[in-house]
Amino acid sequence: MSVAKPLPHDAAALHVTGAARYIDDIPTPQGTLHLAFATSQVAAGTITAMNLDQVRRAPGVIAVLTASDLKHDCDVSPSNHDEPLLATGTVHHIGQPVFLVIATSHLAARFAATKGQIEIDATVPILTVEDALAANSRFEEGPRIYQKGDVLAALGSAAETLSGSIDIGGQEHFYLEGQAALALPQECGDMLVQSSTQHPTEIQHKVAHAIGKPMHAVRVETRRMGGGFGGKESQGNALAVACAVAAAFTGKPCKMRYDRDDDMIITGKRHDFRIDYTVGIDGTGRITALDFTHYARCGWAQDLSLPVADRAMLHADNAYHLDHVRITSHRLKTNTQSATAFRGFGGPQGVVGIEKIMDHIAQHLDMDPLAIRRVNYYADMGNPEQTTPYHQPVKDCIINALTDRLATSADYDTRRAAIKDWNAQNPVLKRGIAITPVKFGISFTLTHLNQAGALVHVYQDGSIHLNHGGTEMGQGLFLKVAQVAASRFGVPLDTIKITATDTAKVPNTSATAASSGSDLNGMAVQNACDEIRARMEKHLADVYDTADITFVDGRVKVGNQEISFAQAASLTYQARISLSATGFYKTPDIEWDRIAGRGRPFFYFAYGAACTEVVIDTLTGENRILRADILHDAGASLNPAIDMGQIEGGYVQGAGWLTTEELVWDDQGALKTHAPSTYKIPACSDRPDIFNVALWDQPNPAQTIYRSKAVGEPPFMLGISAFMALADAISACGPSYGDLQAPATAEAVLAAVERTRA
Amino acid sequence: MDVTFLLNGTHVTLKDISPTTTLLDWLRIERQMTGTKEGCNEGDCGACTVMISDADGTRALNGCILFLPQVNGKHVTTVEGLAAPDGTLHPAQTAMIEHHGSQCGFCTPGFVVSMATAHLNGATDHDTQLAGNLCRCTGYAPIIRAAETLADRPVPDHLRSLAKAAPTLPQSQLRQSDAIQPQTSDVLAQWYLENPDATLVAGATDVGLWVTKQFRDLGAVAFLNQCDDLRGIRETDTEIHIGAMTTLTDLEAAIESHHPSFAAMIRRYGSVQVRNAATIGGNIANGSPIGDGPPALIALGATLHLRHGDKRRSIRLQDFFVAYGKQDRVPGEFVETITIPKQQDTLRCYKLSKRFDQDISAVCGCLSVQRDGDTITSTRLAYGGMAGTPKRATQAEAAMIGNPFNEATMRKGMEAMVEDFQPLSDMRASAQYRLRAAQNMLLRYLHDINGAQTNVQEVRT
Repeated sequence: MSVAKPLPHDAAALHVTGAARYIDDIPTPQGTLHLAFATSQVAAGTITAMNLDQVRRAPGVIAVLTASDLKHDCDVSPSNHDEPLLATGTVHHIGQPVFLVIATSHLAARFAATKGQIEIDATVPILTVEDALAANSRFEEGPRIYQKGDVLAALGSAAETLSGSIDIGGQEHFYLEGQAALALPQECGDMLVQSSTQHPTEIQHKVAHAIGKPMHAVRVETRRMGGGFGGKESQGNALAVACAVAAAFTGKPCKMRYDRDDDMIITGKRHDFRIDYTVGIDGTGRITALDFTHYARCGWAQDLSLPVADRAMLHADNAYHLDHVRITSHRLKTNTQSATAFRGFGGPQGVVGIEKIMDHIAQHLDMDPLAIRRVNYYADMGNPEQTTPYHQPVKDCIINALTDRLATSADYDTRRAAIKDWNAQNPVLKRGIAITPVKFGISFTLTHLNQAGALVHVYQDGSIHLNHGGTEMGQGLFLKVAQVAASRFGVPLDTIKITATDTAKVPNTSATAASSGSDLNGMAVQNACDEIRARMEKHLADVYDTADITFVDGRVKVGNQEISFAQAASLTYQARISLSATGFYKTPDIEWDRIAGRGRPFFYFAYGAACTEVVIDTLTGENRILRADILHDAGASLNPAIDMGQIEGGYVQGAGWLTTEELVWDDQGALKTHAPSTYKIPACSDRPDIFNVALWDQPNPAQTIYRSKAVGEPPFMLGISAFMALADAISACGPSYGDLQAPATAEAVLAAVERTRA
Repeated sequence: MDVTFLLNGTHVTLKDISPTTTLLDWLRIERQMTGTKEGCNEGDCGACTVMISDADGTRALNGCILFLPQVNGKHVTTVEGLAAPDGTLHPAQTAMIEHHGSQCGFCTPGFVVSMATAHLNGATDHDTQLAGNLCRCTGYAPIIRAAETLADRPVPDHLRSLAKAAPTLPQSQLRQSDAIQPQTSDVLAQWYLENPDATLVAGATDVGLWVTKQFRDLGAVAFLNQCDDLRGIRETDTEIHIGAMTTLTDLEAAIESHHPSFAAMIRRYGSVQVRNAATIGGNIANGSPIGDGPPALIALGATLHLRHGDKRRSIRLQDFFVAYGKQDRVPGEFVETITIPKQQDTLRCYKLSKRFDQDISAVCGCLSVQRDGDTITSTRLAYGGMAGTPKRATQAEAAMIGNPFNEATMRKGMEAMVEDFQPLSDMRASAQYRLRAAQNMLLRYLHDINGAQTNVQEVRT
């Protein structure tokens, strides 16, 4: 059976030879045109005049479109219909597309786009949390509040209370392949769109509106993305819509890809947050009451900010059982890029909030932060009474046993003692160590999205065509699902043809997001395969007069006879029985009221923990990860190699978010870190020198595909242990609380070091 | 302009190209060879890495900021040319598959070209060799595991021959009114005198971005990469002479034995791909206040030798930087050589940036303190990122001279440094942090010279 095997990525051989095709690599018909946006250089204001003569005269320009040239509804928002493709009279952030150039080449389009004269009557932009609060500039009528118990009474009776705040920076996705789309006009005005998107159905939906056609007139295909991380859940809409509109306008194929700087200036990023807290504790460090206030900077349009901010609230507890808790969440509207989905979808920000509190309590009580964490953990499986702040019972917890095993394998206690000695000997450098847990809720919180479809064909030669609604962005989804299909039919993996996601094959799909890809699509494919296999079995049972039929190793055992899978397929075909089936799956047992903050939004939780050791320079704040040990719960892994890749990559990406990756806007709202020269994702040498990763070896108690667990997002939060290890190193520098802020750049670390001495 | 080169073994001659067409655009758009990727179009991600071979050896370079004339007469190997003619994958390709080194796969072609180039050159310092290739998916661990398996795998024959014999290609004639590729600095000097507003292209690691990002019209262009007499390092009893066209890669190797801290800093200058292209002359002449070469060279008391037609003059490097965006260089004049006086090594270079590798400095402090016994006799404290030019902390220097080499003296220097610098706040660091870090570098220097551990990079668990 191919499930559970550590097989290499299905496209690995194409990746390493350069033969894997991304959107910009697809051969295009002669005469294909290329697009570029010109964007606002002002954060807020009204467009008073536009002179585009020089744009039109630039070499290679075919046409220039502004909002008034658009015939149909060209909104590109995934949620609130508040993102016109091109600015309609007002501008809302620096980088907002204002006009669209159609030219004979990518370079000609980009060059021409620089030639426009846009006059804007600027108003004072709302840029910061403070600006937005002062102006009451927000999404939704007021803050969302989730609560459990009586937080004010519990704070009042707490032995001690601590208050604090943490600024948590945003994060640029920096998918290596920038946003790209290609639209090929078809007969009857139909449109075929190739898009680098996590959400082909959304592209289909937005393109259909934009060209004034029903969804059936638009087909969207996505073979692979060069990275997504949430950044291609909604941010590809603008390019696909622009290409379709331009293709409809010119009758020619149209392609658009953002130059890297444009990509970073135009598209949304992870939400930055400020989290304020007041926590009541007892003498052991146990939390008796906790009051959180989240401030999320959402940018100019709603995009996915509401569910992102919700998920931050839903992860405010992380792995800790809170009896009296209140979470207040402000979703602030600012004149910056519209913040969007990014791996973890708000969850990481919520988790950082409570991990900061664990650190704060430990410093205050002069205790090992791990002891504080342990005393606050949810109990492991078997305690049905414990509930989250949103009243979901936590029945599948394993965090205590998992932490114990990690602390042992990482030799935490011994190393912590050794670090204390080392720090006493070293005047300039200090080391720190931390273990942090992850508990991450699996399911879309918008319950209806928890569905998936599949389409499977068995051909008469026994080869199998596999299709489903999930998209491949490097996470290995296509391989995992193919492993499921191969296992259901008992055939070798190379019997299965993995095919591009296609809205004409599987309709009405959800975004490949929320870590749901293999849970949902794996189940849908299993259902489709089992349907076909049942038909084959029934026919073979009739022909051979036996009910004893097994599919294994590319063979079908029928009673005491054996035929090849291909022969079985051929026999079934000749009997005029369909060898094609759709499959469908919806996640059971979930229901959620996001206004009341009550219900069971998550089918199950995924768990993990990481132990990170760091060193800091107390003179400059420079710092470095020395070692990381990880134990992560992927249930019964569908592919341990793929899952390990998600864990290692997620950890480094999470650590990058909280250390070197800093987004800086100036006081006019211009993003100053809009290229890899100024925005620093981790490089090779930033990974831990020693990097031990292991999988927790228990199956998922919930009935998921082969009892596996989702693994896309949860490991991202393992990187938080690096931040907390830095905080631990800082605590060795002086008696006061360092109060480290994120990201922990060298500058932030030095500031915290100096606070310890204040 | 015409250029000729070998592309994966095939002869290519291009007539009348635009001299600022990048190799990457030509490969992807004109040649429809799409294996080489565009990730950032500014030389910072390595997705466009190509292997370039000539008589000097084989190097990895970023194709996105490599103009076609720069590969004139060379052998270009792309990801499509790594596998053997019979289709056998390169060991780097097999290792990446076996070790799960690709996820989304978009950075992968660049990685395998970098790995194959390092493998060809026998380099096993993988973190350094791959610092110029960014991956957002894997966290690098499986890529390094793949790279580590290559050491005992032989270089494939079809690539070995690249290293052995440089391609002997007819050098195409590149002289035309608005573009020239001179073979000697004499030709350059004369042409530049006649075209004083021209753009000189050395490694194109900065000028490349003027084209790819800013769409600047460069006007007349001279590509200097074939001026062999401007390249190379030679030593006399008293001086080290560095030709302006010496790459940072070559400078690093040559300076290692004299000033290892300078060499260590150069290893963090850009990436392998950038250092293989970037020249020390370009690093100086572009006048950036945040280039890392000038502070180190100023701290070593370097002299700059400029040429204008047949006229030559020499100035202290520190005097070359007049003000932000203004250097002591007349139109038509170019940097010919830099000389460093031989000296006892007291130099320490502290490069401070958000990321250790391949990041532009927020502050670069290059400090040299000479002592007689315990008494400080002279100092050169040169900083980048602290002013509109690379600049010495003269007040701090004065406060320290004549005093003992101890913490009290360093603190005097730190106090005086407030008078030296009024740094700016920008996306790399705040003004306060820049000043504090620059001051603290004096303490680091003291600890460093006295043998305390001061470098987080040297700590191992």
